[in-house]
Amino acid sequence: MEKMPKWADVVLIPLISLLLAAGLSALVILAIGEDPVAAVKLMVDGALGSSYGWGYTLYYATNFMFTGLAVAVAAHAGLFNIGGEGQAMLGGLGVAMVCLFIPWPHWTLALLFATLGAGLFGAAWAAIPAYLQAKRGSHIVITTIMFNFIAAAVLNYMLVNVLKPASSMDPASARFSEAVHLPSLHELLAPLGIAFSKSAPANVSLLVAIVACLAVWLLIWRTSLGFEIRSFGKSEAGARYAGISPVKITIIAMMISGALAGMMAINNVMGEAERLVLNATEGAGFIGIAVALMGRNHPFGVFLAAILFGFLYQGGAELALWTKIPRELIVVIQALVILFTGALDNMVRIPLEKIFLAFRKEAS
Amino acid sequence: MDFLTLIQVLDSTVRLATPLLLACLAGLYSERAGIFDIGLEGKMLMAAFFSAAIAASTGNVWLGLLAGIGSSLVLAALHGVASITFRGNQLISGVAINFLAAGLTVLIAQDWFKQGGRTPSLLSGGRFEGLEWPFAIGPQDAEATGTPVSQLMKAANPVQQVYSELISGHSILVYLAFLAVPATWWILYRTRFGLRLRAVGENPAAVDTAGVSVVGLRFAAVAICGLLCGVAGAYLATALQAGFVKDMTAGRGFIALAALIFAKWRPWQAMGACLLFGLLQAVALRFQNIELGPIVVPVQIMDALPYILTVVILAGFVGKAIPPRAGGEPYVKER
Repeated sequence: MEKMPKWADVVLIPLISLLLAAGLSALVILAIGEDPVAAVKLMVDGALGSSYGWGYTLYYATNFMFTGLAVAVAAHAGLFNIGGEGQAMLGGLGVAMVCLFIPWPHWTLALLFATLGAGLFGAAWAAIPAYLQAKRGSHIVITTIMFNFIAAAVLNYMLVNVLKPASSMDPASARFSEAVHLPSLHELLAPLGIAFSKSAPANVSLLVAIVACLAVWLLIWRTSLGFEIRSFGKSEAGARYAGISPVKITIIAMMISGALAGMMAINNVMGEAERLVLNATEGAGFIGIAVALMGRNHPFGVFLAAILFGFLYQGGAELALWTKIPRELIVVIQALVILFTGALDNMVRIPLEKIFLAFRKEAS
Repeated sequence: MDFLTLIQVLDSTVRLATPLLLACLAGLYSERAGIFDIGLEGKMLMAAFFSAAIAASTGNVWLGLLAGIGSSLVLAALHGVASITFRGNQLISGVAINFLAAGLTVLIAQDWFKQGGRTPSLLSGGRFEGLEWPFAIGPQDAEATGTPVSQLMKAANPVQQVYSELISGHSILVYLAFLAVPATWWILYRTRFGLRLRAVGENPAAVDTAGVSVVGLRFAAVAICGLLCGVAGAYLATALQAGFVKDMTAGRGFIALAALIFAKWRPWQAMGACLLFGLLQAVALRFQNIELGPIVVPVQIMDALPYILTVVILAGFVGKAIPPRAGGEPYVKER
C-alpha cells in the first residue's frame, strides 16, 4: 500500500522543503540586518516586474532547464551526473567551433548545427565516465567530478592557445559573425506586436529548451528506451534479468544527459555572449542538480523549478545591486534547496507519512 | 636547474601538500567508515574563513584554529545527520555542504568585514609562523650578518640547504599533518576503534551483530573528518596565506578526494599521493609552461594531471581502486 497519496509526494514534499529553505534564508537575511519581506518584494519586482526582469529570469531559466533535464535523465537511470558543468563547458566549445569556422547563411541553420555540435561535445564528454562506469566499474560521481576539472583545463588551453585572436589579451574566442546572431525575445515578439525589453538576453533558445522538456518527457515515458532506462534505474538486477544491457543503458543515458547539458551552450555562448569566454557556464551545471531534485526529475517539474531558479538568480542580482545582501545569498538558497529536497528528504517525508497514516486509520 | 631550485620546489611541494594531506586523511576516516564525503571542499572553506575571521579580530591564531575546527565540525554534523540519522543521499549532502560553505563564507565575510567577501590580511600573531629549527639558516642569521636569507642559502653547503629550506621553517601545522599519517595508520590498523571503523565501512551488519553501535562509530568517523578538514582550512588561511579570500580552497577538497582514491584509502599511500599532487602544483606555480626538448607541456596539463591520474586509477588500468564495500549506503537495522 502506498503510504501517501501521489500528490503529497509530488507537490507537498517539495513545497515543504522549499518553505524550509526559504525560512532559513529569511533568517540569514535578518542576521545581515536587512528586512526579508522587503528583500522578497525587491526580488519579485526586479525579476518579474518588468519585461527586462523577465528577460533575465527566462535567460537563466533556459540554462537551468537544460542542465536540470540532464541531471534528471541520468537520475532515471539511477546515475548521479554531477558533471553537467564540464559537459556544458565542452558544449560551449562545440558551439564555438560551429559558429567560428563555418560561414552560415542564416541563423536557423546555424542554430540547428550549433545545437548538434553542443550536444555532440557534451555527449562525448559524458560518454567517457559512462564507459568507465559501465565497463570498468569506476564510480560515475567521482569520474564526472574529475571531468569537470579536466574540462576547465581543456577550455582554458583552447581559449589561451588556440581560439584567442592574436591581437587580444583576454582569454576568449573572437566574436561570432552577425549571421549567427540568435533573435532575442524582443526580436521574436516584436512582429506579434508585443513589446519586450531590448537589452534582456532571453532568446530563441528558450523555445529549444521547452522542446527539449517535451522530448525528454516523450523519451522517458513514451518510448521503449525510456522504459529500459527507468527499469534499469529502479533495479539493475531486474533490468538485467529482463534482458536489458546495463552497459548500453548506462552509456546511452549518460550521453543523452551530457548532450542536454552541452546544449545549454546555445543559450549562454551563442545567444548571450556571442563568443566563448572562460567560466561561461557560471555554475549552471551544478544548479541543474537543485533543479532536478526540486522538479522530482519530471520534465514539467524541471521546467517550473528552472523558472524558480531563474527568478532567484535575477532577483539575487537585483538584491546585490540595491541592498547590502551579496549575490552569494543565492548560493546559500541553492544549497538549502539541495539539502532539504535531496539529502534531508526523509526528515520531511517520515513525519508526513506518519500524519497520512494516522488520518487513514481514523478514516477506516 | 640547480640543486637549490630543486630544493625550493620540494619545499613548496611540502607546503602545498599539507592541506591536501589533512583533507585526504579526513576523507579517509569518513570513507573507511562507509560515509562518502564530497563535502571536504566545503568544510575546508568554512574553516578557512572562520579561522581567518577570528584570528583577524582577536589577533590570536590559536583561537582562529579552534573557530575553524568548530565551524568544520558543524558542517560535519550536518553531513552526519543527513546521511546517518536521516539516511539521505551522502553525495547530494556533500554537494549541498559545498554550496553552503561557498555562499555563507562570502555572505558573512561581507557582513563582518565589508571588504568584498574577504577578511583583513592577518598580521603576525594572527598567523602560524614558520618554526626555525636549531642551526638552520633563518631570519635571525640574516639580521646578524646583514645579508638576506636567499644569499646565505646560496652560499651554504647542500646538506645545510636541505636542512634549512626543506625541513626547517614550516609552520607547526605542517609537521602535525605529517605526524597524522603514522597516527592514522596506528589508529586504523592497531587499535580496536580502527578495526571497528574499518569493519563498519565493509560490513556494518556484522558490527551491529557484535553489539557495537554502527551509528556511533560512523558519527565518530565523520567528526574526525570534520576536525581534520578544520585544521586543513585553518592552515590555508592562516599559514599558507594571510587571510581568507572568496573560494580560496580552489578545488583542493576534490584533489584530496582524488588523492584518497589514488591511495586506495590507505594512509601512507595517501601521503605519497598528496606529495605527488603537491609537487604538480608547485611545478605549475613555478614554471608555467615546461619545455621538454621539442615538446612544450602547457600549464593546463599540470593543472589537470591530478584529475587525469585519478580517472586512470579509477578505471583500473594501473591497479584497481576498490572503495570500502558499504560506502555510500545508509545502514538500516533489520532489513
